[in-house]
Amino acid sequence: MSAPLLEVSDLVVEYRVGGRIVHAVSGVSLGVRRGETLGLVGESGCGKSTLGRAVLQLTRSTGGEIRFDGHSLTAMRGETLRKMRQRVQLIFQDPIASLNPRRRTGDIIAEPLIVAGVRSRAERDRRVRAVMEAVGLDPDTVMNRLPSEFSGGQCQRISIARALVLEPEFIVCDEPVSALDVSIRAQILNLLEDMKNRYGLTLLFIAHDLAVVRAVSDRVAVMYLGRLCEVAPTDALFVRPAHPYSRLLLDAIPMPDPDIRPIEGVAVGEPPSPIAPPSGCRFRTRCPRADAICASEMPELRLLAPEQYVACHHPLTGS
Amino acid sequence: MSLLSLEGLTVDLPTPRGNLRAVDGVDLALAAGQTLGIVGESGCGKTMLSRAILQLLPKRARVGGRVMFEGQDISKLRPDALRRLRGPALAVVFQDPMTSLNPVLTIGTQLVETLQAHLAVDGREAVRRGVELLAAVGIPAPEQRMGQYPHQLSGGMRQRVAIAIALSCEPRLLIADEPTTALDVTVQAQILDLLARETRRRHMAMILITHDLGVVAGRTDEVAVMYAGRIVERAPTRALFHGPRMPYTEALLAAIPKLDSAPHTRLPTIEGRPPDPTRRMPGCAFAPRCRYAEGDCVVGKPGLGPVDAGHEFACWHPR
Ligand SMILES: Nc1ncnc2c1ncn2[C@@H]1O[C@H](COP(=O)(O)OP(=O)(O)OP(=O)(O)O)[C@@H](O)[C@H]1O
Ligand SMILES: Nc1ncnc2c1ncn2[C@@H]1O[C@H](COP(=O)(O)OP(=O)(O)O)[C@@H](O)[C@H]1O
Ligand code: SF4
Ligand code: SF4
Ligand SMILES: [Mg+2]
Ligand SMILES: [Mg+2]
Repeated sequence: MSAPLLEVSDLVVEYRVGGRIVHAVSGVSLGVRRGETLGLVGESGCGKSTLGRAVLQLTRSTGGEIRFDGHSLTAMRGETLRKMRQRVQLIFQDPIASLNPRRRTGDIIAEPLIVAGVRSRAERDRRVRAVMEAVGLDPDTVMNRLPSEFSGGQCQRISIARALVLEPEFIVCDEPVSALDVSIRAQILNLLEDMKNRYGLTLLFIAHDLAVVRAVSDRVAVMYLGRLCEVAPTDALFVRPAHPYSRLLLDAIPMPDPDIRPIEGVAVGEPPSPIAPPSGCRFRTRCPRADAICASEMPELRLLAPEQYVACHHPLTGS
Repeated sequence: MSLLSLEGLTVDLPTPRGNLRAVDGVDLALAAGQTLGIVGESGCGKTMLSRAILQLLPKRARVGGRVMFEGQDISKLRPDALRRLRGPALAVVFQDPMTSLNPVLTIGTQLVETLQAHLAVDGREAVRRGVELLAAVGIPAPEQRMGQYPHQLSGGMRQRVAIAIALSCEPRLLIADEPTTALDVTVQAQILDLLARETRRRHMAMILITHDLGVVAGRTDEVAVMYAGRIVERAPTRALFHGPRMPYTEALLAAIPKLDSAPHTRLPTIEGRPPDPTRRMPGCAFAPRCRYAEGDCVVGKPGLGPVDAGHEFACWHPR
């Protein structure tokens, strides 16, 4: 198989807060293949956004390497890194807060073009209009308006247009629909799928909603407290999750079906602080299968079934 | 007799852009011990409706219609009579637990004060009951927690404390306004379990407000769908999910990503967005987005009509 477009190896990201270390990402390795959508799920604070920002090196990593199309982003600085970033873009969770409130929509979308050195105004205008139309915004009516005049869903269309205007190869989507209502969410998810096909994109799709991840991903990575629990093809993960935490996440989803009685008592406890993560397996304080080895040895990600990797001493097998 | 019945309830708010009708003629009844889910998208009036029931609206709000609780119109009550009612009769849990918690008082003080304000118990007894309540809502080491401040707890723990305070005076009706929207899915499952268990145990009625149809599917007796300030459909939960009659309900159910659909399945969408609540429209508020709309839909507002088995809907051309 060809090398992945994005390759994350043993990535470590730590934040220093008041003399203490927040272990946000602790040794994550994964690859995203050209043309696929890799979903990344986990509870808030588990390090998803940190990983997403580290991919663009917007947050500098503490250790490990990130390679994009064979080039090491972690080794790059200054102008070379800036050039590389034109090929990798980011879409944020909060569509309204991520747009400059004082700039007109047309200028917001044109900004990456200016940064990339597209001097001709006519050329910029042409590309901004084309991308607006692609994301379903009418250039003539939105061009001169401010973000505050738009709804959350429309602001997310503007962010998507801004991310697409340089025709990148890779987009990190950090919870792009979490802040949106159900009816608007479906519009934006469909739009992302259309844009992926039209521009031949590769996506890292971050979310905490497993149903959303299921709808768009080819493979899914499950993260807990800075580490990966499981990486598997979407169907395998949903039908035969191998990691106890993947199972818990699936069981905890409120199902929009009145004939499925919620199983009471599936979830216990809350994730511990990333300042002092548990020894061994980080999930052990909430895991029903935990034993002595889980406290002493950190489980490594290993192949369990075709394409299904799991980091657990006692994975769930069979159905 | 119903525990609670709303009769033609309206809430108007003056805004710089004109009068905003947040709640537009709501009729609703709830029997003792029943759980009613209210579902709707952001801005449809869920919070204003619940605040109108609780008589906790902003000062400048104008309220019309009646809020009958155990046979008396509580919108006519004097402040002191209302204060006596809140706690033992009517209690509330908000999305953000800090809305009801005092940041400068310990958890213990807040529990003890609430208990002593409404029940004839001495300090020792109040402390004992406080600890018992914290244990009942799943807080580990409750004695130690009594001495802690809200900011020393996680979001999930804070919501548990807010629930403990709401339950402390054995209310007959609990209004929970998006109690789990800010929480992670595994913590959400725990809080929803807790609310279900306590409503059963105490034979307490509950209004569970949410934008997530999954949350109400398995945990309510009835569901009311709100759109643009009005209840557009109300039915026993199974009937609503299996046979929605109003096109908005149908579209909302269809727009949810399903856990069992294949990856990259296109989601049905609802085009457009809800109407501006400062503009009055003569006809059905959903008409601009409704694929079944006909000429008469924009002329007259459909009322909530009763049909068989407690299923009502507001639509001229039901499914
Ligand atoms: N204090 C206020 N002053 C003026 N308008 C308000 C106020 N609070 C809410 N509104 C408006 O009233 C309408 C209903 O708001 P409400 O908060 O009840 O919606 P909601 O259904 O609870 O939404 P969400 O899902 O976002 O909580 C909205 O148009 C909102 O903008
Ligand atoms: N700039 C920062 N400074 C300090 N700590 C941070 C910073 N950003 C994130 N963190 C912490 O790192 C951990 C992972 O955060 P994040 O990557 O945002 O998680 P997620 O996106 O999965 O919710 C959390 O404990 C968070 O509080
Ligand atoms: S390694 Fe042990 S504690 Fe961790 S998930 Fe597996 S069984 Fe549970
Ligand atoms: S009344 Fe008309 S516009 Fe409104 S929901 Fe029914 S069919 Fe659609
Ligand atoms: Mg995040
Ligand atoms: Mg609300």
